[in-house]
Amino acid sequence: RSTYDCYGIITAAFSAFHSQMKQSATVHCFPRQEIMKWNGWGYSDSKFLFNKKGQAEFTGKRYRLSGMILPSLQDWFENTFGASVKQHKSPPSLNAGALPPANLNEAFLQDLTATGIPFSHEADDRVFRAHGHCLHEIFALREGRGFQRVPDMVTWPNCHNDVVKIVELACKHNVCVIPYGGGTSVTGALECPPEEMRCIVSLDTSQMNRILWIDEKNLVARIEAGIIGQDLERLLNEGGYCTGHEPDSMEFSSLGGWVATRASGMKKNVYGNIEDLVVHIKVVTPRGVMEKSCQGPRMSTGPDVHHFILGSEGTLGVVTEVTMKIRPIPEYRKYGSVVFPNFEAGVACLREVAKQRCAPASIRLMDNEQFQFGHALKPQVSSIFTSFVEGLKKFYITKFKGFDPHQLCVATLLFEGDRERVLQHEKQVYDIAAKFGGLAAGEDNGQRGYILTFVIAYLRDLGLDYYVVAESFETSVPWDRVLDLCRNVKERIIRECKERGVQFQPLTSCRVTQTYDAGACVYFYFAFNYRGLADPVHTYEQVEHAARDEILANGGSLSHHHGVGKLRKEWMKESISDVGLGMLRSVKEYVDPDNIFGNRNLL
Amino acid sequence: MASTTLYSQRDPMLKKRDDFEDILEERRNSSDLKYAVRCYAPVLYKGLTPCKANMLKSMVLQSDHLRYVINQVSQESGEAPDIIHEEASVILEEMAHRLKISTVRFFAFTLTKAFKTLFQHICVNEEGIHRLQQAIQEHPVVLLPSHRSYMDFLLMSYILYTYDLALPVIAAGMDFMGMKFIGEMLRMSGAFFIRRSFGGDKLYWAVFSEYVKTMLRNGFAPIEFFLEGTRSRTCKSLTPKIGLLNIVMEPFFKGEVFDVHLVPISISYERILEESLYARELLGVPKPKESTSGLLKARRILSENYGSIHVYFGQPVSIRSLAQDKVNRCKYNLVPRHIPRKPTKETQSFVTDTAYRIVRLQEDSMVLKPWVLMASILLQNLEGLELSLLTEQTLWLRGLAQSCGAFLDWPDHTPSAKVVSSSLALHRGLVCVSGGRVSLVLGEPQGLVTPEEALFNRAVSVLSCASYRNQILHVFIRPAILAVAIHNAASSKKDEVFNCFSFLCKMFSDEFILCPGDTVQDFEEACYLLVKSGSVQTLQQNIVVTDRGQSTLSFLNGLLESFLQGYQVVCQYFCEEACDSLTEKQYIPAVRSFAVKLILAGNLRCYEVLSSDMQKNALAALLRLGAVSKVKVADQVTLKVNKLAVNSLEDTLGGRLPTQKAVLARL
Repeated sequence: RSTYDCYGIITAAFSAFHSQMKQSATVHCFPRQEIMKWNGWGYSDSKFLFNKKGQAEFTGKRYRLSGMILPSLQDWFENTFGASVKQHKSPPSLNAGALPPANLNEAFLQDLTATGIPFSHEADDRVFRAHGHCLHEIFALREGRGFQRVPDMVTWPNCHNDVVKIVELACKHNVCVIPYGGGTSVTGALECPPEEMRCIVSLDTSQMNRILWIDEKNLVARIEAGIIGQDLERLLNEGGYCTGHEPDSMEFSSLGGWVATRASGMKKNVYGNIEDLVVHIKVVTPRGVMEKSCQGPRMSTGPDVHHFILGSEGTLGVVTEVTMKIRPIPEYRKYGSVVFPNFEAGVACLREVAKQRCAPASIRLMDNEQFQFGHALKPQVSSIFTSFVEGLKKFYITKFKGFDPHQLCVATLLFEGDRERVLQHEKQVYDIAAKFGGLAAGEDNGQRGYILTFVIAYLRDLGLDYYVVAESFETSVPWDRVLDLCRNVKERIIRECKERGVQFQPLTSCRVTQTYDAGACVYFYFAFNYRGLADPVHTYEQVEHAARDEILANGGSLSHHHGVGKLRKEWMKESISDVGLGMLRSVKEYVDPDNIFGNRNLL
Repeated sequence: MASTTLYSQRDPMLKKRDDFEDILEERRNSSDLKYAVRCYAPVLYKGLTPCKANMLKSMVLQSDHLRYVINQVSQESGEAPDIIHEEASVILEEMAHRLKISTVRFFAFTLTKAFKTLFQHICVNEEGIHRLQQAIQEHPVVLLPSHRSYMDFLLMSYILYTYDLALPVIAAGMDFMGMKFIGEMLRMSGAFFIRRSFGGDKLYWAVFSEYVKTMLRNGFAPIEFFLEGTRSRTCKSLTPKIGLLNIVMEPFFKGEVFDVHLVPISISYERILEESLYARELLGVPKPKESTSGLLKARRILSENYGSIHVYFGQPVSIRSLAQDKVNRCKYNLVPRHIPRKPTKETQSFVTDTAYRIVRLQEDSMVLKPWVLMASILLQNLEGLELSLLTEQTLWLRGLAQSCGAFLDWPDHTPSAKVVSSSLALHRGLVCVSGGRVSLVLGEPQGLVTPEEALFNRAVSVLSCASYRNQILHVFIRPAILAVAIHNAASSKKDEVFNCFSFLCKMFSDEFILCPGDTVQDFEEACYLLVKSGSVQTLQQNIVVTDRGQSTLSFLNGLLESFLQGYQVVCQYFCEEACDSLTEKQYIPAVRSFAVKLILAGNLRCYEVLSSDMQKNALAALLRLGAVSKVKVADQVTLKVNKLAVNSLEDTLGGRLPTQKAVLARL
């Protein structure tokens, strides 16, 4: 039984491919694809489907929703997208024959074999590491179209020294290396550049997954960068600690990936974002290993070299080990939620909470669409009493308080700390909310909001089964522009869809998902029924492109935590200026003059 | 989208325009009172934040923008912020409208009565109304009517009320406030008042712009103003003023609204109420100050027939689609949005460009009556001409006008002789027919008149008549400039003609709507039209006039003749008469008496140069081209003349000096 419980949302442990298998150079040694989908999100055993009765259910045993019937999802799905559960479209199975043949560098292979580091050039190993989870990537897999270029081989270093050896050999034989952590990228960062003629080696960090030591005096831990988020938490939990870093992808994403993309966790208000959590980084580059000589909590030694690595997206080297802050597991944890009459009131409240610097571990404001989406995921209620209470609540909010069900929105809250403080804190936040017309709406609503973020990617696979494409994207923006940005981006999406011939009204939804002193992070969901479109992915990309233009024109950033990858490269110059881009380029040129780390992200 | 119709160059003959409905017809057959008190429930903007006119004021006064400017002004002047705030509140009080439906109903009643006696028809394109109705729901809307008469904005509100559309708030000049009672009435029907000039007054500008933007952002009501800034006394569109347009675009640039739609509206009068008033005003007889008693005296006009009015609501133009790839909105990201900033060059030129395009759209949909054609012919035959010849030439001109895309309201199934005679009847104050000859009336020859008086009487007729010809200028202006260019150019080489064309465009850019930077496009349009009508041929980089093109070219030349002459007279004045201490104020009377002298001496037959409008435009051109410059001496502005440059401009205009690139460049 797992001690780690992601708030009761995820209940099963994930420890298949990092088991300490005996190393051998035989192929097929660490097949992630045995427990994970090769053409969709997450575990193979967990997926949404509409059963024979047309009712939605979530299969498997891993999540709180697993095995449950979700009676309102079908209606919501059909009404929102104009889709029909009768029009099912199942994806084909992997066609290994369609794969480009591996372009191997024999000399490199020979030297690598000599080191004893395991590798493989099996088709499914290569395809699995040829992509992240952008819509176009998943769509291509599901359509059986595959990719123009995939890694030619995969290698599994076991420790820092293995990585040093691989990188040395790569430099020696001029081989392209693409680091691969959890594979959850949504920026096209893992795609192989089609023009890359050299042998591409996918460097899979999954075997570097140990906690090397824990320093309880300084509350830091030394961790290998390949560790997956939920394993890290589980292992630390065993000793009574946590990192508190919980990005929505934490079930599958890796520590090294977080560093390489400047990840942000849901509870950053208490624990900080990855750049606040990291104390020391060891990174292997073609120039050699870079690390600081001490673990002082802050330094004034010129620009922080860690920041060349944070967000470098695999263009400079491989992060192998990280010293990270840890905290004792909080004594008490409590969900909460507040209903607001409209989004404007909600944003005003979040702004005030940020101003008073009393944000709980997590505070998120979902717009009306997302609130309704969340409601569609309510499991079947077993007792008449519960449904009666639900009805009463609804009556109170919409009839008695006069909230318009098509306007109201919900803030979800998560408090952590010792019990007394949590309760005090809770009161403070609810008092502020009341000033903006917010009504406390219970723990259950709060928790449901967080379920959505863990299952949303599974839901995209469900959508794809029924001709609906979907994606999410994010930005950060100053407080005074939050409302304008949300409204304009949604309107732009609707407009663009119409102009590009999308036959059905798209779903656009957003939430303010993080608060800062000077602004907020906004997260958008966007989906539409693509029946009648010749090239839905292209249409989708055009609309997303327009939406990003709109974000930038409204004072939003290019990305808050997803990163740039290849998807948003074209805006980098505009975003950080010519000179800024030149600075980054010159670092790349010095560190990796032969472009060994040739994934061509970012620059 | 709207933008494509703006930019695509199509055959003007194929321009599709909507049909008109007469809104007076229903009024004539039903109760005016019932109409005035009927249920009025317009559709509103979907993002509307409902608020009362009074709440608007406090929103403006409490806005970050105004608070910022108040503090700034307070720091600069040393006055306490409270006092400045009080000042701002006084300004706002003076400015703000107090839209009240009861006043609107009152106007609906009285205006119906007045309109029914004054006009035969008020025709509106209903499709345009439907488009507007949709636009109002979707986006904040800015109504941009042409401005020829005081009637314009009453008429606009009247039509919108009739069609159950949201009533606009209207930016009106402060001079209306002179009329105590009427001013307040207008205020209650949605007018807000702005001072004519407040260039340096930061606080005034802040209050004003914030007031307009607040209404726009909240979708309070459509905002209406006149791009031309003031009534055109000449019936020819004035070059647009971009101040207010800048203000209404800013909320879009700053992302405060998703889009703003601009609706060009063309209001064409068959006869303008202020017809002879304008002519006198242009001749320097001061315009009567707006006063309620003056308006009552004007009741006399109620007994006259002013023909019909056509109001054309154009296709709403989306600022968003216009600004795409032209304005980088990211530039607004780095400074808090409430801090006022001067628009960048890029923005400035976008706004100017848009303003010109909107005015051109207004022009394009102006409905022209047969009389406009006749006036154009009469002005080229000041000594008069045979009625039959006039009819014949009018018909010929009709064909030419139509091929150039004129929106002509020529009655169907009516013999052309009848069309001509009824036009003559409607304008009997301007023309007389005696012995089969048609000529302009020469004013009232009562008793003894001095030669100057006679001259002015004649000038009044000419200028009144010119105000009708001016209505068709936009149709012919590009081909006409080309015609002059062909005439003036040293050879028929295309690039030489283009040089000449481009010079004339520069010279006349205050006189006609010629968007700066569009010269190449204008030239091509002109060539296209003349080639299409068979008047010219282009043969290997040469532009050659065809045989049957002679008459067209000579008509077009004649159309611009008075402008060419007028500008030359102004140049002549600067070379021969202007003294060193000539002030800006003295300029108009001085040029006028110079021209009067020339006419009386028999050396000049052009009366239009007496028009202060032309004199101002000519001065503006000379200033723009650097031939004359303003020098501030003490508190007076004097004009410093570069005689050499003026002289060369004069000769180039007269075709005595070839257009040289070098000359232009030096200028």
